[in-house]
Amino acid sequence: MKFLPLVLANLRRHRLRTILTTASVALALFLFATLRSVTTTLDGGAQVSSASRMIVENSTAFVIPLPMSYAARLSSVPHVESVTWANWFGGKYGDGKKFFAQFAIAPESYLAMYPELQVPEDQKQAFLKERSAALIGEGLVRTFGWKVGDNVTLQGTIFPGDWTFTIRGIYHPTVKEYGDESFMFHYDYLYEKYPDRVTPGWFIMKIDDPNAAPAVAKTIDDEFRNSTAPTKTGTEKAFAAGWASMWGNVRLLMSTIGMAVVFAILLVTGNAMMMNQRERTSEVAVMKTVGFSDRRVFGLVIIEAAVISLTGAVLGLGAAVLMPIVTGFGGGFLPNFHVTPGTLLVGGVVALLLTVASGIFPAWQAAKLPVVQALRRVE
Amino acid sequence: MKIPFVYNVRSVTQRPVSTGLTALGIALVVAVFVAMLALANGFIAALVTTGSPDNVLLLRRGADSELSSGIPREAISIISASPHIATGSDGRPLVSPETYMVLNLRRPGADEFTVANVVARGISDKAWDVRRNIKIIEGRRFASGQSEICVGSKLLGRFANVAVGDVLRFGNRNWNVVCRFTADGSAFESEIWGENEQFQNVFRGDAFQAVAFRLKDPAGFEEAKTAFLADPRIQVDAHRESEFYANQSAVLGNILRFLAIFITGIMSIGAVFGAVNTMYAAVSSRTPEIAVLLTLGFHPRSVLASFLAESAVIAVLGGVIGCLLALPINGVVTSTTNFASFSEVAFAFRVTPNLLLLGVGFALVMGIVGGFFPARRASRLPVIQALR
Amino acid sequence: MALVEIRDVSKSFKREAQTVDVYTDLNIDFEEGSYTALMGPSGSGKSTLLNLVAGLDRPTSGTVRVAGAEVSAMTPSQLADWRARTIGFVFQSYNLLPVLTAHQNVELPLLLTRLSKKERAERTALALDVVGLGDRVDHFPRQLSGGQEQRVAIARAIVADPTLILLDEPTGQLDSKSSEEVLILLRRLNDEFRKTIMMVTHDARAADNAKTVLHLEKGVLLERAGVEVGR
Repeated sequence: MKFLPLVLANLRRHRLRTILTTASVALALFLFATLRSVTTTLDGGAQVSSASRMIVENSTAFVIPLPMSYAARLSSVPHVESVTWANWFGGKYGDGKKFFAQFAIAPESYLAMYPELQVPEDQKQAFLKERSAALIGEGLVRTFGWKVGDNVTLQGTIFPGDWTFTIRGIYHPTVKEYGDESFMFHYDYLYEKYPDRVTPGWFIMKIDDPNAAPAVAKTIDDEFRNSTAPTKTGTEKAFAAGWASMWGNVRLLMSTIGMAVVFAILLVTGNAMMMNQRERTSEVAVMKTVGFSDRRVFGLVIIEAAVISLTGAVLGLGAAVLMPIVTGFGGGFLPNFHVTPGTLLVGGVVALLLTVASGIFPAWQAAKLPVVQALRRVE
Repeated sequence: MKIPFVYNVRSVTQRPVSTGLTALGIALVVAVFVAMLALANGFIAALVTTGSPDNVLLLRRGADSELSSGIPREAISIISASPHIATGSDGRPLVSPETYMVLNLRRPGADEFTVANVVARGISDKAWDVRRNIKIIEGRRFASGQSEICVGSKLLGRFANVAVGDVLRFGNRNWNVVCRFTADGSAFESEIWGENEQFQNVFRGDAFQAVAFRLKDPAGFEEAKTAFLADPRIQVDAHRESEFYANQSAVLGNILRFLAIFITGIMSIGAVFGAVNTMYAAVSSRTPEIAVLLTLGFHPRSVLASFLAESAVIAVLGGVIGCLLALPINGVVTSTTNFASFSEVAFAFRVTPNLLLLGVGFALVMGIVGGFFPARRASRLPVIQALR
Repeated sequence: MALVEIRDVSKSFKREAQTVDVYTDLNIDFEEGSYTALMGPSGSGKSTLLNLVAGLDRPTSGTVRVAGAEVSAMTPSQLADWRARTIGFVFQSYNLLPVLTAHQNVELPLLLTRLSKKERAERTALALDVVGLGDRVDHFPRQLSGGQEQRVAIARAIVADPTLILLDEPTGQLDSKSSEEVLILLRRLNDEFRKTIMMVTHDARAADNAKTVLHLEKGVLLERAGVEVGR
């Protein structure tokens, strides 16, 4: 480490070049970490899902609802502790440009099913009591400035008409992946307007033993397999993973771009390192005559590459970590978008690889430089 | 430009490694740029070709997608009697009432929760004529009253049991695949088509989701729209078919385009930095030559132009390489879920000559931006200092 | 009127925090057709004098006139054009662009004129002939010896038929044989072609080749009478 001042002095010689190269590394790692975080965030949703909660959907198509009579039959299945249901409302607010999820829920049982949605007790009671009440996530407060007591009107697309609700509660999710931008209201409010059409979209069950999940799923799916509304039952975790797969080849896309980015930066860094070395042949020769061994000279070049790569990595990864916190990037579609420790680790490895790849050839050249030949170039 | 260009060309070849690395860096940025925009454009194109400007799509008033729409059976005969509808060669109106459903189809090789939402469209035999560009490439139209379906060409290879002759199971029924069709690369190629009555039996009761018809007078859309809006017997909105499907691509299309520009924008900054480094080093090592040129009487602006041109040429070279790298992706088929319609759309990457030109132009801009300050330094060389 | 008139020229420049005075009220004339060697210890300002005459540098005060034109008052843009027409400059080293052939290097000044491609080719060939390198036109500088490189540089200096040829230590990097080639050529340019030459040198033999020798010491001129070298 006593050689660090020497390495730094060398880098300072072409200050602009060092700054630009370091900045390139920072940009690349910022991009790399952000891209990777899209994938980890999508996966993250699947990871935090509960193994004790199960979902029952219509197996033909998710958008086809299930009969209300299923509620009682599900409750009687062994290991099932409680049952609730919900519907996708899919309405529009205002010009519809800002998307947020809207659900009709069986209020009391749904909130009991999801203790992760924390609501102050007084608000919860106000919400439960009033049929046209709405419960919103704190993210919606940020986005639209709504507060408790406001009236909000949504335009139905699946269920036509104008629907007015009064906000009675604001929830805070203890698990960030669940998102804080949902809009929930009473199932009965939906049912009373369209009694002929509305039945539960999907059921949610709590089971007493996560290991019983496969048995429970089999029992339910077997029972309804040949009915007009056959079911697909699975743990919340399994469904969340399936939903993430709807994004298609996103994972492949992000990794490919990530690799291209890193490779492009390798070229920039390698170029800069080689330029540095090309201009320093006489100095290297002088150092060797002074007594620096080939190996030491090699090490100095590698350290130089390392300083650039690691500084750039710290800056770039740091910016990636701060970005979602500062800009709230991700919001509706990617709740809890953040950079995981795993990504930071991979980023660090990339920086190390960058060091080696960009430094190895110039370092080798410096180590192999025959002193006499180099000195002849010294004017 | 007074300074002979051969000077720049030869100087560039004197430092092949540096030039190569810089050009390659720019090439990668352009390759990613072209590929990502080809993705976005491919998706948008698939949806835009789905609709024809001569057709009208009727949905329930207020519905923003075919999925959430519902048109009662009684409304169909009212609609079919409209004077705005063109007549087919058999004398019957070219109107296609349709059922629309999104099925959970399992992806081959994945677990049962890894599903894709595939559109199942119930049609009458008029649909083959009303919806443009539908061409059956294998098999025959399904027969009425049978559990038979036709599949869009893009489904083959991406799902199991969709080849002609296979049996596909959904909705608790077995369906014989009797034909495969293309639709000019549009979203229809990702759909399963069957008879209205059969599909309604399985999912939807007896309402339809959409009615598509051919305008009698292609210029008469506004008239038709007003007429349908004013009719008190039915509650429908009329959309120009081409506009409707184009709008369905708007959100995701714009996101993809934005991603392309955002990602390559950041990458390009890195590449430009690389070019700046290379050009500064070039100017540095050629200081005596620059001094000679200025002494001879070449204007500083000629020197500026010369180095700027050099940087631009390296960059354009990189741009061309980048385009060549991205070119093979043209035509590769991929898929995504279009959130507007909640259904899976398969489409091909679309590399157009315009896009390639844009890529090279992008490279040129990078070269000029990167080369500007070094070129300016060259032109401002204090000659006597250089000669010392 | 002399070809080059230096009148009351003072030149000083800053190095670090100090001001260095190179000349104070210098007055020299150079006649048309003269061949002058400028000698003196380093720091005496001989190269600076060449730079002032070529318009590459500006005097702190005083005027520099070449062929009646006041060089010290021209704008950089005017100077560029003026230099192209009027001056041929040869440096000690790094004269030639390494990536261009001898022919292309010599042609460079002509690109600043309106001559046609054919005319340029003729003049270039002629210049290379004069310096005795007609057979090396397509060689790159790295394929030429030091003396040959300098001769190509001289060819470039004369190809546009300038009023004045300025050389800064032309034989500084050359061995005696190559020096000899260059000096013979310079003498010929002056005798046969009547070119006005100003040459900075510390090589005694180069000085002997010239017709007049000027010594500059601490910015002060000490003249030694011109000695006509017989032959």
